[in-house]
Formats: sequence, C-alpha cells, structure tokens
Amino acid sequence: MINYIWFFMIGVGIIIAIINGRMEEVSKAIIDSAQSAVTISIGLIGIMTLWLGIMEIANKAGLMALLSRILKPFILKLFPEVPEDHPAIGAIIMNISANMLGLGNAATPFGIKAMEYLQQLNQKDSASNSMCTFLVINTASVQLIPAMMVGIRASLGAKNPADFVPVVLLSSTTTLICGIIAVKFLEKQDIFRQ
Amino acid sequence: MIKIISDWLIPLIIFLIPLFGIIKKVEIYEVFVDGAKDGINIVIKIFPALLAMLVAIGVLRASGAFDLLAKVLMPITVKLGIPAEVLPLAIVRPLSGSGALGITTELIKSHGADSFISRLASVMYGSTETTFYVLAVYFSSVGIKKMRHSVIAGIFADIVAVLASVFYSRLFF
Repeated sequence: MINYIWFFMIGVGIIIAIINGRMEEVSKAIIDSAQSAVTISIGLIGIMTLWLGIMEIANKAGLMALLSRILKPFILKLFPEVPEDHPAIGAIIMNISANMLGLGNAATPFGIKAMEYLQQLNQKDSASNSMCTFLVINTASVQLIPAMMVGIRASLGAKNPADFVPVVLLSSTTTLICGIIAVKFLEKQDIFRQ
Repeated sequence: MIKIISDWLIPLIIFLIPLFGIIKKVEIYEVFVDGAKDGINIVIKIFPALLAMLVAIGVLRASGAFDLLAKVLMPITVKLGIPAEVLPLAIVRPLSGSGALGITTELIKSHGADSFISRLASVMYGSTETTFYVLAVYFSSVGIKKMRHSVIAGIFADIVAVLASVFYSRLFF
C-alpha cells in the first residue's frame, strides 16, 4: 500500500510539474529535500540519544512496574474474558506501559507475547474480542513522552519543542476512549460473529 | 497554562526521572549511557524512509500539486476545520510510521516549528498509530486470519484522532 502511495506522490508531482511547467523547481526540490533529510537526522541524533538514556533510567528505576500497578484494575475491566491470574494480563500491561513511556522497541515484543497468551485462550483463526480490544488500545495508545517528535521539533528550531505534548495527551485520551467504546459496541454486532 | 506545562515539561522530566533513579539506587549514569547508545542506530534506521518521504513531498510541493489539492478539497476540509496541508499526514499515518514522520518533518520545516500547521501536525502524529502495521504484525504473529471488527474499530480510532487533533489544536494554539 505504501508503495503505491509513494509512487503516486512522485508520479502525480512530476505530471503536474509538466503541466505547470515547473520542472526546474521540482529538480531543485529533489536535491534540496535529500540534503535537508541529512541535516534533520543529524539534529535528531542528539535529542534521540538523550531521550533513550532517560527512558532507560525510567525503566530500570521501576517506573514501568509502577505504571503496571496503576493500570491493572482498568485492564481487568476491559478484558472480561481473560482470567485475573492469566499471564496475558501481565503482558498486556507491560505492552501498554512501554507504549506510554515511548519505549517503542520494548513494546512490540510484549505485544506479541500478549497476543500469544490471548491465542491460548482463543484457539481459533478468527480474532477474539480480547484481541480486538487489545489492538485498538494499541493503535489509539496514549503516549506520555513522544520523544521522536520532541526531537524533530527541537532540531528544527522550535522555541518550545514540547509545547504540543499536553495537547497530544488530551487528543489521544479522547481517541482511546472513543476507540474502546467502538470496539465494545462492534463486538456485539452480529455481522462480525465468525 | 499550556505554556507553563510545556516550558517545564522537559526540564522536569530530565530532573525527576534521574532523581527517581537515584532514590531507587539505580546507577543512573551507566544506565543512561547504556540506554542512549541506540540513539544513533535508530536515527540511521529511519533515515532512508525520512529521505524518501521528504523527496516525494518536495516534488509534490514544488510542482504545485498541493495548491491544487487544497483547492479541490476546500469544501470538505473547511467544513471539518481540517487544514488541507495536513491531509497527506492523515492519509499516510495509519500505513507507515516513518512515512508520517517524514511528512510531519517536512511540514515543520516549511511552515516553521512554531506555526499552527506544525503544531497541529505534531499533535496528529503523536495521537495516532501505524494501525495497519500493528494489525498485520500482531495478528500474523499468532496466525489469526479473520480480524473481525478490529479493522473498523482501528480506522474509526484513526478518524477520531485526526478530528480530535484538529479540535484541541484549534482550542489551545
């Protein structure tokens, strides 16, 4: 899919450039964009490295464990099919905690582990209600520290690179709530029964 | 209020997390250096995707395609309050994280980091996820073939995220 979108962007751009007679500008834009990718990335290395270091301290100091404890009551309510002492609950909590702290790399293994546990309870080739709920929570996930975007804004000269973070929290919380309502509503619809 | 929170946010995190670490007797310096060593690798890993998107958007912008798109979509975007500039971001975000990062970066670069468009794009990027990637990776890892209502719920969440980003950005910026 992304292949077609990328080709579409370049293809449409070139064709419109022919129509508008702006080939010179396009030619210059290609070279300029490639160079600015380098400048942006070098700026990003500094701030990204800083955040990853801070995140690792948070991780080792037990901030993930603390988040887990806070999240547990909510998780049990959201996944009524999963028994309270089932290891799936732990994996789900670790995945969400890692996502919230912006530890993208750490979140994926926990997410796959959680899926495996949920599949033990499911045993079919169609997704269980818990799996659908888990996926929506993942895709609508609330991120407390969007490190990458703070880094990019900093490297592009934002006066205050983190000024958008509180708004992200509001927006993603709204999304999460709507996503959960949607998934719980949809699981009761007959057309989705296997 | 938002201004105070955002001014204090980074310094506070950089103070509180190591403080928490010291209290918990973590060897914060060593742990910091150990965790930070992946920074360069991550940036190098996303570099080709970032470049691919920046070049594609550079072509679109220089050709005048964005002006055309904005004109064509005006009736819809005005009604929903969505600036035409962020539409490509809303379309690419569920499909490709690095693609969306490239688009956001380009918007920030060409509009200035402190412009409304840039802040809105940052909020939109932060509030959404690579829905289709997550669906594909997580379900294929356990052999799920029928995704049932997860796809529709995921897309719905993406649409809400776009609209909520616009709504809250207008409110606060």
